[in-house]
Amino acid sequence: MSGSGARTVKLACESLWKIFGPGAEAFLAARGGEADDAQLAAAGLIGAVRAADLDVYQGEIFVIMGLSGSGKSTLVRCMSRLIEPTSGRVIFEGQDLLAASEKEMIEIRRHRMGMVFQHFALLPHLSVLGNVAFPLEVQGVPRAVREKRAREIIELVGLQGREAYYPRELSGGQQQRVGIARSLAVEPEIWFLDEPFSALDPLIRREMQDEFLRLQSMLQKTIVFITHDFDEAIRLADRIAIMKDGAIIQIGTPEDLVVNPATDYVAEFTHDVARAKVLTAGSVMTAFGANGAPTEDSFAGRVPVGERIEVLAAEVVAADQPFLVVDESGAARGLLTREAVLRVLVGRGRGK
Amino acid sequence: MSVAAAGAVPGFVRRGPWPIAWALLFAATLGLWLGKDQWSWAVKYPRGSVVPLKDWISDFMKWLINDFDLGLFTFKEFTRGIAWVLEWPQWLVKGLLAKGFKFPIGGEDAFWLTPTLSWLGVVVVLSLLAYRIKDRALALLIGFCFLYLAVFGQWQSAMMTLSSISVAVPLGVAGGLALGIRGYRSPRFERAITPVLDLMQTVPVFAYLVPILFLFGFGPVAAMIATMIYAMPPMVRITMLALRTVPEEIKEFGRMVGCSRRQMMWKVLLPAARPTLMVGVNQVIMLSLNMVIIASMIGAGGLGHDVLASLRRLAIGQGLEAGIAITLLAVALDRLSQAFSETAPAGAHEEVVHKSLLARHPYLIGALALLLGTTLLGLVAPALRAYPEAGQITTGPFWDGLVRYININFFDQLEAVKTFLLLNLMIPFKRFLLQLPWPAVVAMVALAGLQLGGWRLALLTALLVAFIAVTGNWEKAMITVYLCGISVVFASLIGCPLGVWAARNDRVHKVVQAIIDTLQTLPSFVYLMPVVMLFRVGDFSAMIAVVLYAIPPAVRYTDHGIRKIPPALIEAARTSGCTRRQILWKVQLPLALPEIMLGVNQTIMFALSMLVITALVGTRDLGQEVYIALTKADTGRGIVAGLCVAFIAITADRLIGAWARRRKQQLGLE
Repeated sequence: MSGSGARTVKLACESLWKIFGPGAEAFLAARGGEADDAQLAAAGLIGAVRAADLDVYQGEIFVIMGLSGSGKSTLVRCMSRLIEPTSGRVIFEGQDLLAASEKEMIEIRRHRMGMVFQHFALLPHLSVLGNVAFPLEVQGVPRAVREKRAREIIELVGLQGREAYYPRELSGGQQQRVGIARSLAVEPEIWFLDEPFSALDPLIRREMQDEFLRLQSMLQKTIVFITHDFDEAIRLADRIAIMKDGAIIQIGTPEDLVVNPATDYVAEFTHDVARAKVLTAGSVMTAFGANGAPTEDSFAGRVPVGERIEVLAAEVVAADQPFLVVDESGAARGLLTREAVLRVLVGRGRGK
Repeated sequence: MSVAAAGAVPGFVRRGPWPIAWALLFAATLGLWLGKDQWSWAVKYPRGSVVPLKDWISDFMKWLINDFDLGLFTFKEFTRGIAWVLEWPQWLVKGLLAKGFKFPIGGEDAFWLTPTLSWLGVVVVLSLLAYRIKDRALALLIGFCFLYLAVFGQWQSAMMTLSSISVAVPLGVAGGLALGIRGYRSPRFERAITPVLDLMQTVPVFAYLVPILFLFGFGPVAAMIATMIYAMPPMVRITMLALRTVPEEIKEFGRMVGCSRRQMMWKVLLPAARPTLMVGVNQVIMLSLNMVIIASMIGAGGLGHDVLASLRRLAIGQGLEAGIAITLLAVALDRLSQAFSETAPAGAHEEVVHKSLLARHPYLIGALALLLGTTLLGLVAPALRAYPEAGQITTGPFWDGLVRYININFFDQLEAVKTFLLLNLMIPFKRFLLQLPWPAVVAMVALAGLQLGGWRLALLTALLVAFIAVTGNWEKAMITVYLCGISVVFASLIGCPLGVWAARNDRVHKVVQAIIDTLQTLPSFVYLMPVVMLFRVGDFSAMIAVVLYAIPPAVRYTDHGIRKIPPALIEAARTSGCTRRQILWKVQLPLALPEIMLGVNQTIMFALSMLVITALVGTRDLGQEVYIALTKADTGRGIVAGLCVAFIAITADRLIGAWARRRKQQLGLE
């Protein structure tokens, strides 16, 4: 999870721009790589991604969240150069992708990237097995090898027995499992998921989110996950980037966003979030005053600083005395009182 | 475009300068007509000012054939070389199905003729194929159709036709696919090829038969090339459309897994577009069949030849039997190819394991064995080689008798209808059109173009119409317009109400759909037969044939247009208390009108293409001009007249298309 040790940056975007419209490159170059709303509007151009700066760390789930038209889908496509950015840099493992030749890009996409699509994008003429093996087929992997690998992943996503089915014979959830299996076939280093669960029913969506988290706990991929659903973002993300009108407004952990929203727009999203699911003991506790840690018999027990209130609530509320909040090394950091937890539960916790 | 901006005003009353412009134009037309003695050039285009375009084209053709040298070889050698290459597959298929191969065994005329594939084998294998890709009903249908061919003594001719098709279709599909892929990849290529496709689809076939004959020689290959030109355009268009409508995500997926350009096309785009592409293949098959029949005139032989020969001898019974054979062949091919396009990959859910050739393709091998077996058996049992003549049935005398009976007993009634329509409707309308001053018609078309689509459309249509006058085909063109116009009115009067009925009643919808599906698969030739039987030759017969041929699109588009109106609108009308009649007149028809007009547009296109065929029953329009040019082998005359037909079609198409587009925008349907 987040916040431990020095992080390696897997993928970074540096002042990345994507402007749609004729003459976009000249337009941006003439303004030294910067432009504001008024200038874009005057030139009749659309700024789909504007000066995006972000780092995606090795092994984290990085969620890009925004409403439709916010540019999140364009941004993720710029990262793999499915859409050619207008300016800026995309650094993947230290290599600037925008400087890569078309041939190099094909190699990178073939071996190191995977992508899951909103509407699954399964090939209708291939069976489940054929679809999952397809990325390997494109690379020229021999049939026996690629089908063996495909079977392994099909089993991983729980579709064993359906290898010979065709996409139209599967439910939406099953189809997306195929999409997920297919994107994992090449063991990508970075895994893009573009609103993978948005086309599914709410119940299936929930199930697929759990499935996704289970897979990630096994595979530890570096993930860029696009969604328009803030609840989904909070459930899955290690960190969230919020986008609006092509610009990234804030990047942070779910808790950061709830506790310290950068703008009213962000606060608007976090408003209805069940705080207990997001806030941790550390952000709700009362820090020790000058008199230091209390004596042993003045608290009911110990809780870890990073634990979410949702998990602790029942225990803390039932106890007569507050709990001691301790960090990883076991050092006491503060006290978690029943009142503080209740405030979170009724929706008036910190960060309001 | 100020009118379009004010489009919120419903109905057809448009403010602005248009009514005044039209009134002025009508006044000018009337003035021109009243002063026709003074300005005779306006009513009758002066012979001396005709641009001798047809002579130029003929001269160019002569030069191309006689003098054009490509260096190593002449142009004619080049085209004849192509013909020679194309002859091989033709020879092979024809040898297998219809004619057999000749092996010389010493001596001058001594040779051994190999047997053709056994009729029984072909019937059984095709039925089994139908069973394999669809169901028992289709197998029965196919078996019935092909048995008919054998029993009614049409086998040999039908196999000739079938072999022409089975060579022309793969070539047409491959060519269409190649051009379509090119057009998909390069917008510039698409822009360049679109007008060419328009011309290929609207210039009547007869017009380019002559130059093809000159270039490729008289015979089956020329017929095949004409067939490809005729049948390819829809495949090109459908390929471009199909590739373009592959979902964006699938294209992105292809790039994401690192497909090369070729992998992208062959492994991702084309397979994903397969259902739409198969529609194109079906089109190519049906158009090829239609064309192969027509091309019998230039030596393709086969069923078309039989029909044509009996038409000329007025042997109705024989012609009708051959006509039915064409129909059944058409229906069989259509249903087979449709069933084939609908077969999605089979959901057998069994693992594909690598087995021997026999185990992997049991059906294919079985079919081959069956064909080979019956054919070899045919060597000893002649009844298997060719359907025994003793068992053949002919209904010819029956049909002849029937026609005789009708003509004896109902002659007066039929004649009365014919005379009444001719005297009271057709001839007056024809006179009226012939008296219209041509500059006025050009101006009207231009004004309509200006009003509907702006100055570019006005310029285009005016030029197209002026071309007809300037090349000296005005009078014949007006006769074409008159025949086409009347036929379209009748076809719409019959077709649109049928479409409305079908749209409002599901049972009717099914029946009507089945009927027009069948009507549309019939080659245009077939329509001439019953008409000539009852009304003999002339404008009236032509009109009836054209009406019959042109009804299906009117029905189809009307039905479709009404059915695709959002149900919420109908519900809204019903909740506000509309009766069924009110719903029809106040909601459904106004909203479906643009679609219905597109149907009328298609009706016009169908009517024009049929009109050219009706030249065979003695009309005196552009079609006849083209036909005469064909019989006289006059390249220039045929092409110019053919272009005139095409230009009438394109003018009507662009004007109606522009109107429908604008109306749809106003209604917010697009």
